[in-house]
Amino acid sequence: MNTQAEPKSFEFDTEAEALVTAAIAHYPMGKQASAVMPLLDIAQRQMARHTGSAWVPRVAMDVIAKRLGMAPIRVYEVATFYLMYNTKPVGKYHLQVCTTTPCWLRGSDDVVAACKSQAGISEFGETSANGLFTMSEVECLGACVNAPILQINDDYFEDMDGVRTEVLLGDLKAGGALPPAGSTAGRSGSAPATGLTALLPTTEPAE
Amino acid sequence: MLSDKDRIYQNLYGLQDWKLGAAKARGDWDGITEILARGRDAIIEEVKTSGMRGRGGAGFPTGLKWSFMPKQSDGRPSYLVVNADESEPGTCKDRDIIRNEPHKLIEGCLIAGFAMGANTGYIYIRGEYYNEAVRLNAAIAQAYEAGLLGKNAAGSGFDFDLHVHRGAGAYICGEESALLESLEGKKGMPRMKPPFPAAMGVYGCPTTVNNVETIAGIPTILRRGAPWFAALGRPKNSGTKIFCISGHVNTPCNVEEELGIPLKDLIEKYAGGVRGGWDNLQAVIPGGASMPILNKEMCDTILMDFDSLKDVRSGLGSGAVIVMDKSADVIKAIWRLSKFFKHESCGQCTPCREGTGWMMRMMARIVDGQAQLSDIDLLETVTRQVEGHTICAFGDAAAWPIQGLLRAFRPLVEQRVIEAQQRNALAQAAE
Repeated sequence: MNTQAEPKSFEFDTEAEALVTAAIAHYPMGKQASAVMPLLDIAQRQMARHTGSAWVPRVAMDVIAKRLGMAPIRVYEVATFYLMYNTKPVGKYHLQVCTTTPCWLRGSDDVVAACKSQAGISEFGETSANGLFTMSEVECLGACVNAPILQINDDYFEDMDGVRTEVLLGDLKAGGALPPAGSTAGRSGSAPATGLTALLPTTEPAE
Repeated sequence: MLSDKDRIYQNLYGLQDWKLGAAKARGDWDGITEILARGRDAIIEEVKTSGMRGRGGAGFPTGLKWSFMPKQSDGRPSYLVVNADESEPGTCKDRDIIRNEPHKLIEGCLIAGFAMGANTGYIYIRGEYYNEAVRLNAAIAQAYEAGLLGKNAAGSGFDFDLHVHRGAGAYICGEESALLESLEGKKGMPRMKPPFPAAMGVYGCPTTVNNVETIAGIPTILRRGAPWFAALGRPKNSGTKIFCISGHVNTPCNVEEELGIPLKDLIEKYAGGVRGGWDNLQAVIPGGASMPILNKEMCDTILMDFDSLKDVRSGLGSGAVIVMDKSADVIKAIWRLSKFFKHESCGQCTPCREGTGWMMRMMARIVDGQAQLSDIDLLETVTRQVEGHTICAFGDAAAWPIQGLLRAFRPLVEQRVIEAQQRNALAQAAE
């Protein structure tokens, strides 16, 4: 659902401008085309700040093309090749559910079902009527021992299940902020949930 | 079993601080100036002797790879590129290194850059690892601040700059030449080889691409010595490896162990065992999505290293162990991988672009009970027409899971097809 029309113009704001300069400086002189990916990302984040929706309108791609001395089509190609650039507006919270085999084995179907019911969405790619949620199906997020994973905007919520997904999205609907990222089962990173099996604390000699 | 003192990654689980001070207390950056003072050739020789093989999946000897870089520049700069595009389903080890042991990676980059005469390094990290990229950038800033990167890095007289480049959601960018294209600001489409990256990589300059775990292991090898590393594991499969144990185990986790550890020990000692016990095991994908699946019988005795897994026509890949108990629908599990490959094909080569769709749809037909018995051989034929007919190894990676399923679980696939046919016939008769 397109809740926002393509803007007439786009300009990097002061915050973004500093990031753009820094991004271009990471690449050799004359190789500034390398910065097309960071610049698309910077533009998308600026859109999120200004409009609440993280996406890259075409006018922004044109601005990037001009800045980097690239043909606009080269920027469009990159923007459409990579999944993370949203070429259409998305909801305030972009629910990216991994359903690849390791997550699926651990119950990603339940996470998908909970996202659908809480957000009022019936298919992947849809945005909820209130503009709060867009749900996307994503491929392996690379956090498989903490499966299933629900990525919301930049953050991974790990060790999810249906109930925890419902509670999390319920809080967001009620106006709550995103909780800290990481395991929702309370474990540290990729360590086993029931206690360490390696890297055990060294036993101190008794006093 | 590997003892804790022989684990390279003492902070794998992030229970300690990741910052420079704590990293130094764990031994990182210790004696770095002296290590670099040994000279390029001595470092490469030590890495060769250690037997380190690339930890990204292909298992190519690391020291040998470094030795392909030009000794004398022809005017072009050389580059080190670190592949942190960790996207092989089941794999989540580099993420732990980046967020919990970033200084091992950064120190490894300096050593590798020095050894191959590259004054610039890029770490290409998958875009979804946003929080990890933030941390990596913070750790790099600490290293610059401490004089460990930049001009005269660590007092070595060698200049080394390190940059982070974020990807944006494309599995294919884990393929090294696609990664280089992406780094140059293009679509991630693999290049024809030759020329190989060591001759013509990023910006047309000599480049070596190494996996995160490969590079991050180097400082410890140079500190403790090649014989220490070579003594771990098995012949030609030396050292330690981070395994990611996911799926139907009681406590999924990452763990660093010696190469050659029996799969059964790995699962039972570290991951709480298979749900319902070892006898409830049905299948394991031993090395990330593209490595052929093993049935229970194979799992009973298999050792987890490059050559043991190759002997059963599978592979260690990235060390990602995906476990399925008897409740799992293995056919659907492989169909989901086919869907993954269909989604991630870059579309450059016709056999892959079209073939991944064919393979996914034929797998779906079996899952949905719409297949004929003859479809099984037809599916196998399609995989052979994709395998080996593409610019990069993605086509092979998409074909192997299905070939593996048909090797290890053919009776199950046939039974599924026959039962569905009988069900369909009954339903038709009832109408």
